[in-house]
Order: sequence, then structure tokens, then C-alpha cells
Amino acid sequence: MSPLLFYFLAALAVASGLVTITRRHPLSAALSLVLCFIALAGIYGLLAARLMAILQILVYAGAIMALVIFVIMLLNVRTQDIDLGEPIGGNVAGALALCLPLFALVVWAIKRMPPHPFPAVGPEFGGIQEVGLMLYTRYAFPFEAVSLLLLAALVGVVVLAKRRFT
Amino acid sequence: MIGMQDVLIVAAALFFTGVVGFLSRKNLFIVFMSIELMLNAVNLTFITVARGLGQVDGQVVTFMVIAVAAAEIAIGLALVILLFKHRETLNVDAYQVMKG
Repeated sequence: MSPLLFYFLAALAVASGLVTITRRHPLSAALSLVLCFIALAGIYGLLAARLMAILQILVYAGAIMALVIFVIMLLNVRTQDIDLGEPIGGNVAGALALCLPLFALVVWAIKRMPPHPFPAVGPEFGGIQEVGLMLYTRYAFPFEAVSLLLLAALVGVVVLAKRRFT
Repeated sequence: MIGMQDVLIVAAALFFTGVVGFLSRKNLFIVFMSIELMLNAVNLTFITVARGLGQVDGQVVTFMVIAVAAAEIAIGLALVILLFKHRETLNVDAYQVMKG
């Protein structure tokens, strides 16, 4: 795993994540979130999760974010809906006061772990064959449950979309 | 040499970025995308540990998380559309009728 590439992708992911939560317009936030997902797909690739890297780009950066951007454009949001007059002081300070100590705690805990270099894995690790085999043998029940969940989501969205507010 | 800890710290940074966005923003869409950011941070953790242990189980869990996230996004966006039609605003502060 090349350190330079990893640090570049990690910095890109975190920076575009920060850009996402600081944008005023949801569309620019969505686009930088796409960039964050693509950087994450690169990190997955470095971690030998090839199938997941492809799925991340196809499903997350492709399908899910396309849906989000589609809905943002569909809603025909006006300027006054976007400028919510969000104070950059109060809310953010409270959230940071809560999250920074927790983040420091998590980093401290991770640093305390014994150093764990990545073991060597075979060329098939993380490929579609190995993951697919696991998916259909040991994880067959969760897989079926997820398919049921997707069906439920499909039906639920149709029910929600048919509803009319009076 | 990159170890497991370096990647886990990146995942933690992404997760808390999502938490800060979720807590501090008022725009419904950005609150929504913060949740996506947190889900992805967890996915990165799973894939890192899968690589560290040399087993693909973590990647299978990530597969499930991606499927659940797709379902969540579909339902969530339908709800956002309904809410926007109902109140004509994206401000989450407008939806506090349940506030005790």
C-alpha cells in the first residue's frame, strides 16, 4: 500500500467531507460528497477491497448521489429556502464542543491499540468470487433479509409518493 | 508503512465530520448527507478491519450497509419531498410540532 497515495486520498476524503458540511447550497454539498465517495473508493482499492471499490462508485457515487442531486433539482428550491440564516457561531460551537473531546477519545483509543501492519493477502482477496461466495454461504440469511428490506423500501416509497396532502 | 491505525483515524475523522454536520446544520439535505458521511466512515472501518484480519467478512457487511443505505436514501428523499411540499421550507426548525 503506497503511503503517498493513501495520504492523498485520505486528505481528499476528509477535506471534501468538511466542504460538504459547510456549503450553503445543498447542490455544492452533494457534489463534494460525490468527490468524498470517490476518494473513499480509492482507499477501498488500496485496502484490497476491489469489489467494494467498484460498488462504492456505482451505487454510492453513482446511483444514490444521482438520486439526491435529482431530488434537489426537482424540488425547485428558491434562494430564501437555501439561505436559512444559519449562525456560524452557536450551533457549530456546541456541536464541536461535543464532538472534539469524543474524537480525541477515539483517536487516543486507536493509538493505544498494538501496532497492526496489514498482513499479506492472496490475489483473490476482496474480489467478486471470494466476497460472492461468502455472501451466498455464510451470509445467505442477511442477504435475503436485505432483499426483503429493499422490497419494503420500494413499496414504502410508492405508498409515500401516491399520498396527497390536502 | 501504513497500518490499521492510520486508516481507522481517517474513518473516525470522517465520522465526526458527519456528526458535526448533523448536529449543526439546519438544511434538511445537508443533515441527510451528514448521515451518508457517517455511514461511509463505518464502511471504511469495516473494510480496514477486514483487510487487517485477512478475512472478507467485513466487506460482506459493507455490502449490506450499502444496500441498507440505498433503501434509507429512497425513503428519506420521499419524506423530504413530502415535507417540502407540506411546509415549503428546508429548515429543520420548521418541523418541531413534536417538541415537548
